[in-house]
Amino acid sequence: MLEVRAIHKRFAPDKEVLQGVSLTVEPQEILCLLGPSGCGKSTLLRIIAGLERADQGRVLLNGSDITETPAHRRNVGLMFQDYALFPHLNVAENIAYGLRMHGAPASERRRRVGEMLALVNLEGYAHRSVDDLSGGEQQRVALARTLAPNPTLLLLDEPVANLDRLLREELIEALRRILKRLQVTTLFVTHDQEEAFALADRIAVMRAGRLEQVDAPASLYRRPANTFVAAFLGFRNLLPILEWRGAHAVRTPIGTFDLPERDAARSAVGARLLIPPDAAVLDSAPSGAAHVPLVGRVVAATFRGSVFRLQVALEGSGEDGMLYFEFRTRGRERLPGQGEPVRLWLDTTQMCVVKEA
Amino acid sequence: MMQAALYALPILFLTIFYLYPLLAILRVSFGASLTEAMEQASAALRAPGFWRVLWFTTWQATVSTLLTVLVGLPLAGVFARFDFPGKGVMAALLTVPFVMPTVVVAPAFLALIGRNGLLNAWLQRLLHLDAPPIQLEQTIWLILLVHVFYNVAIVIRTVGGFWSALPPTLAEAAAALGASPQRRFWTVTVPLLAPSLIAASLLVFLFCFTSFGVILILGGLRFATLEVEIYRQAVSYFNLPMAAFLSIVQLFFTFTVMALYTRVQARLSRTLRLRRRAFARRPASWRQWAVVGLALTATFIGVLSPLVALAVRSFTLGDGGPTLVYYQALGENLRQSAFFAPPITAVRNSFVYALATLAISLPLGVIASYALAQSRSRWAAILDPLLLLPLGTSAVTLGFGYIVAMGPLRASPWLAPVAHSLIALPFVVRTFLPALRALDRRLREAASTLGADPLQRWWTIDAPLLLRALLISAAFAFAISLGEFGATLLIARPDRPTMPLVIYRALSQPGLMNYGQALAMSTILMASTALSILLIERFRLPQGEEF
Repeated sequence: MLEVRAIHKRFAPDKEVLQGVSLTVEPQEILCLLGPSGCGKSTLLRIIAGLERADQGRVLLNGSDITETPAHRRNVGLMFQDYALFPHLNVAENIAYGLRMHGAPASERRRRVGEMLALVNLEGYAHRSVDDLSGGEQQRVALARTLAPNPTLLLLDEPVANLDRLLREELIEALRRILKRLQVTTLFVTHDQEEAFALADRIAVMRAGRLEQVDAPASLYRRPANTFVAAFLGFRNLLPILEWRGAHAVRTPIGTFDLPERDAARSAVGARLLIPPDAAVLDSAPSGAAHVPLVGRVVAATFRGSVFRLQVALEGSGEDGMLYFEFRTRGRERLPGQGEPVRLWLDTTQMCVVKEA
Repeated sequence: MMQAALYALPILFLTIFYLYPLLAILRVSFGASLTEAMEQASAALRAPGFWRVLWFTTWQATVSTLLTVLVGLPLAGVFARFDFPGKGVMAALLTVPFVMPTVVVAPAFLALIGRNGLLNAWLQRLLHLDAPPIQLEQTIWLILLVHVFYNVAIVIRTVGGFWSALPPTLAEAAAALGASPQRRFWTVTVPLLAPSLIAASLLVFLFCFTSFGVILILGGLRFATLEVEIYRQAVSYFNLPMAAFLSIVQLFFTFTVMALYTRVQARLSRTLRLRRRAFARRPASWRQWAVVGLALTATFIGVLSPLVALAVRSFTLGDGGPTLVYYQALGENLRQSAFFAPPITAVRNSFVYALATLAISLPLGVIASYALAQSRSRWAAILDPLLLLPLGTSAVTLGFGYIVAMGPLRASPWLAPVAHSLIALPFVVRTFLPALRALDRRLREAASTLGADPLQRWWTIDAPLLLRALLISAAFAFAISLGEFGATLLIARPDRPTMPLVIYRALSQPGLMNYGQALAMSTILMASTALSILLIERFRLPQGEEF
């Protein structure tokens, strides 16, 4: 569907924002470009839309090379972070704009605008001024305008970043529902991993102009390719590996762990052991054999609603012995206080080894 | 009480020196009774010159406006969309036409492309021609050209400022929706720029409609705008009722345009306040660099070449090489000259008037600004329209009003600085008030929470931020007074001419010597005005002024 080949882009001699990015988006897939701000993800989007020229590399859409095609002949829909609604046109005229540019007759435009308004749940808004809309309504009008000309490919640049948290979650769900219903191939950009997890079929993590990993959300979360991806996804327990004991066991500052077979193969230099925050059981010993007991003291406890977080200093392990865990709040009278001793059991099957980024 | 007395000052000033003379014009125009008024009006309407003058005034203003927009729009686009080295210099250059007096610019264009102009002299020498190849003197083209020179900065500032605040994503969204570059321009950029284009056009139209010095100096007897005709009727034919009638007609037009302008302007500043962000970026391709380079070059040549030609000609006019003879002549009292004193004394007169203008207009302007800043006070409700009206009133009308209204005061040397102050006052307010309004309340609050008492707060926050605005206002007022021509021509005492009057009189006398003196005096006035421009550019405020 969309194929991006070895794209390079430089804004200044010492500022190469894209360093050979290659990427494929399958038909009807929702692919998310995830990365911190300044990693080049928006630039890549603008190059695919034809608003920016790549210094090197090709962009192929349905097999044909569109690298040199001007933006207005690509039929690639782009929704901007600030929506870029035309302030001199009302809601219906905004949505009809693309149809007008494609030469659709008036009756067809009216029909399609009605369809789009229904799709985004804004029936009756046709003649409103776009300045009178709330942020969420503007976002939906922008989506309707982008979808109206039936783009071959939909590009979304931080589609919900300008909205508040509650609305954001609601709109992300609505967005996924709409995109899946229309079966439109979508590439969207965000810096928020929760958004990416909720919306994407696959996620491409970007850093400093390169792709670090492209994977389905669950695989990405379970097996981050390297420490950058792990840290960006919010993992904080990344322990240095001091020594490999055979193919399966690693020695770390907090102890030696037997790992599942599949990880043992990844014995790279500078690799770290990742312990997910939900890989520990508190207080009572679990039944499985793969659990390793640890003892430590609570440094900080924070209540987060359905879960609470503990920062634990393991006994006699120094700086590397600082670990972060999450536990379910349910069934617990009070959180452990600061300085309180705790016993933990770590589930070694959930651990994995990640390469140094 | 104290405050009320202060706020009453600018209102009192405007009433005596603006409203009263205007009413006097009405009285002269309409005579003692209604029948007399009807008779005078119908006589004026039947006068053969009237419709011709009105027609010329309107069409030259329309054509000038169209040409100005045509030249200004591309430059505004370059200004709005690109960041490039020399942009600051370009912005500063664009202040030059805005502030340069007509009595400098008109001779400057003569010095560049007139019969004896630099360009003609070069071309003649280069191509061995007997006659000057550029024959624009006394044609409408020269007038239109100077009008474009004067007003192009308004289009660039107004439209460019608005354009730069338009998010480029709008045009990009249109591109992604399938609009070609041309359709993007016509369906997105132009409709969005429309209010600013209309505002700029109205202002340009207003200035060209009331054009005086340019027409009087460059048009000779062939061309007359309403403004010029008012002057001729009042001074040459002493037909006061006719002059008064023409003034009323002109006021009707200017007030209408002014009313339209303020409405559009109010809407503009509202939209601009919503998103005051600039989206300019570096040119990305050699083509964009070429466009930027072209704009920069055009601005440099367009603004500077007439002024440089003026200075060069003032030192070299005639056949010989460099000479100071015209400057020396300014110090002598020539036999056939129209002056009572050596022309050089006009420099002193002008500076004295300019300082007096500062002394009057700055305090009044600052007081008026503070009154207006409290937007809900009833002082603001009175002052706001009262301050706008003088902007829509031409200088000649004002001077004419003083002639018919001021009685014995007419001969007072104070009348000129008073008229200058009245003309400068709206500019002072329009420079100072935005700065006052832009003084973010949170800055004062932050200062308070950091321990500044009210006095310290005023001294450390208000004063430094407003000082710049005050300096710019002062520079504007000073430059306006130095270059004021229309009103001064009617009310200045013959024994105390200002620089613009000397220039005009020297230009209207025959002979190379007189012409050379005009150029020399123009150059002196240009240099004096340039000082004001330097001051304005040095202290230019980030939030800009509204005009």
